[in-house]
Amino acid sequence: MKRVIILGGGTAGTMVANRLARELAPDVWRITLVDESKVHYYQPGFLFIPFGLYKARDVVRPRRDLLDPRVEVIFSPVEVIEPDRNRVRLQQGQRWLPYDFLIIATGVRLFPQETPGLMGEAWQRSIFDFYTLEGAQALGRTLARWEGGHLVINIVDMPIKCPVAPLEFAFLAEWFFTQRGIREKVKITLATPLSGAFTKPRASEVLGSLLAERGIEVVPDFYVEAVDPDRRVLRSFDEQEIPFDLLVTVPLHKGDAVIARSGIGDGLNYVPTDKHTLKAKHFDNIFVLGDATDLPTSKAGSVAHFQVEVFVPNFLRYIEGLELLPTFDGHANCYIETGYGKAALIDFNYEVEPLPGMYPLPGLGPFPLLRESRVNHWGKLLFRWVYWHVLLKGKELPLPAQMSLAGKWLNGAGGR
Amino acid sequence: MTAQVVSKQVALNEEGFLVNPAEWTPEIAEALAREEGITLTPRHWEIIRFVRAYYQEHGKSPTLRQITAELGVPTKELFQLFPKGPAKKVARIAGVPKPEGCV
Ligand SMILES: Cc1cc2nc3c(=O)[nH]c(=O)nc-3n(C[C@H](O)[C@H](O)[C@H](O)COP(=O)(O)OP(=O)(O)OC[C@H]3O[C@@H](n4cnc5c(N)ncnc54)[C@H](O)[C@@H]3O)c2cc1C
Repeated sequence: MKRVIILGGGTAGTMVANRLARELAPDVWRITLVDESKVHYYQPGFLFIPFGLYKARDVVRPRRDLLDPRVEVIFSPVEVIEPDRNRVRLQQGQRWLPYDFLIIATGVRLFPQETPGLMGEAWQRSIFDFYTLEGAQALGRTLARWEGGHLVINIVDMPIKCPVAPLEFAFLAEWFFTQRGIREKVKITLATPLSGAFTKPRASEVLGSLLAERGIEVVPDFYVEAVDPDRRVLRSFDEQEIPFDLLVTVPLHKGDAVIARSGIGDGLNYVPTDKHTLKAKHFDNIFVLGDATDLPTSKAGSVAHFQVEVFVPNFLRYIEGLELLPTFDGHANCYIETGYGKAALIDFNYEVEPLPGMYPLPGLGPFPLLRESRVNHWGKLLFRWVYWHVLLKGKELPLPAQMSLAGKWLNGAGGR
Repeated sequence: MTAQVVSKQVALNEEGFLVNPAEWTPEIAEALAREEGITLTPRHWEIIRFVRAYYQEHGKSPTLRQITAELGVPTKELFQLFPKGPAKKVARIAGVPKPEGCV
């Protein structure tokens, strides 16, 4: 028997396990997935929890239920990977598992403790995050009865998961306070280390003007050094200060510590990965999927999905002795909630920044790109159903994995 | 976009970064730094040289955390040398692409 081990059963690990379970001959291949936790979170849903739009039950499922019965599942933290001996050690029973192929899908972790002042007395009183379920719930309890003041949303450093989520949070907060009738008592500021609202110039311009329309102030090039919870100020490395009444932080992200312990990551515990084949750069029988890579594309569920789509056929070639094809193009696709029942949509890859147009069918859509619309909002809400019932199952979605330029307006003429 | 420098014109992309890192010369660095209001000192050059060497070795530009960790410069000092987004600023002056951390 040959063995594939998948580390991490989140978005990427679950999709790839279910696909491989269908593709690989069960009498030859044994597929084992290891995750330390028994629950799977639909993380994009965390965004809606602080505003009472989703409850915890909307975003959690038992992990085992989402995995094909042919996949062997072990619940245990992974302690170390030994690539030169083709094995991993589990915490549970200090057991060694040998592998023929390893797929690393351990995602990222949040490190609020690395910003001085964040995790003190004020944590979950006047300082919150919404990138965890507990953080989003605690924030929801505070927002429901908050009487107004200065709300500051701060991104500590890039890269982060879903780089549009902090913008969506700002848009939804603006809508939420308007609904609650206290909009005029609230000032909303987004302080970001980027030089604008988003990472890519065209989208940054469009999103920047939407934020301005809603009276949300953007403070660009702001690198937080520390937070003073008593004076309630954020201080940057170049001595700018931003006072706050309520701080929503997007903490520093890094790969899991198992990557560091195994000596296979960069300074932020991301595994150096081939941009186009998803093979670990330094190892021939290790692949990396999802947020755990060091690739220059967004850390997003949609990216993990497109990666799995191109990875599986490539892996089937590889085990037959054929070379890997350079098929991954960095494709990312994100709905951006903008409040008031509307959303925008962006679609891009390594080479092409988000452009206006229609998606997925050229001219027909139904989803307009880089522009607010109601149908995009419904797309975003529908996505939760698609995630549980289609994506994780590894069923085919009628969307091409590689980005297409058809339906996009290259010169922007028709766009605005 | 282009930048007028002492001896020749170089092509810049829409974010102001050199299109072709191989076209870089120290004069270009001086010109781009002047545009940013920075006068280059030996300390600046040390960091610029590190960033170029890093790019040549890894095929990508270092992020802020990579510069501070690998060169041992305090973050605070980096901000004094290259105010407002030092990783981007030094990459631009060193003629290498915008750091990929920002996607
Ligand atoms: C607030 C928020 C909003 C988002 N919105 C969107 C969106 O609108 N669209 C979109 O496409 N994406 C969005 N994302 C991003 C998306 O959720 C992630 O990119 C995606 O889940 C990444 O999948 P992954 O499999 O790489 O990692 P994860 O799904 O995080 O899974 C990693 C798994 O590895 C396990 N693990 C890690 N280390 C170990 C270890 N040492 N031992 C055992 N197990 C381990 C963890 O328990 C976890 O289950 C959002 C994320 C957040 C937080």
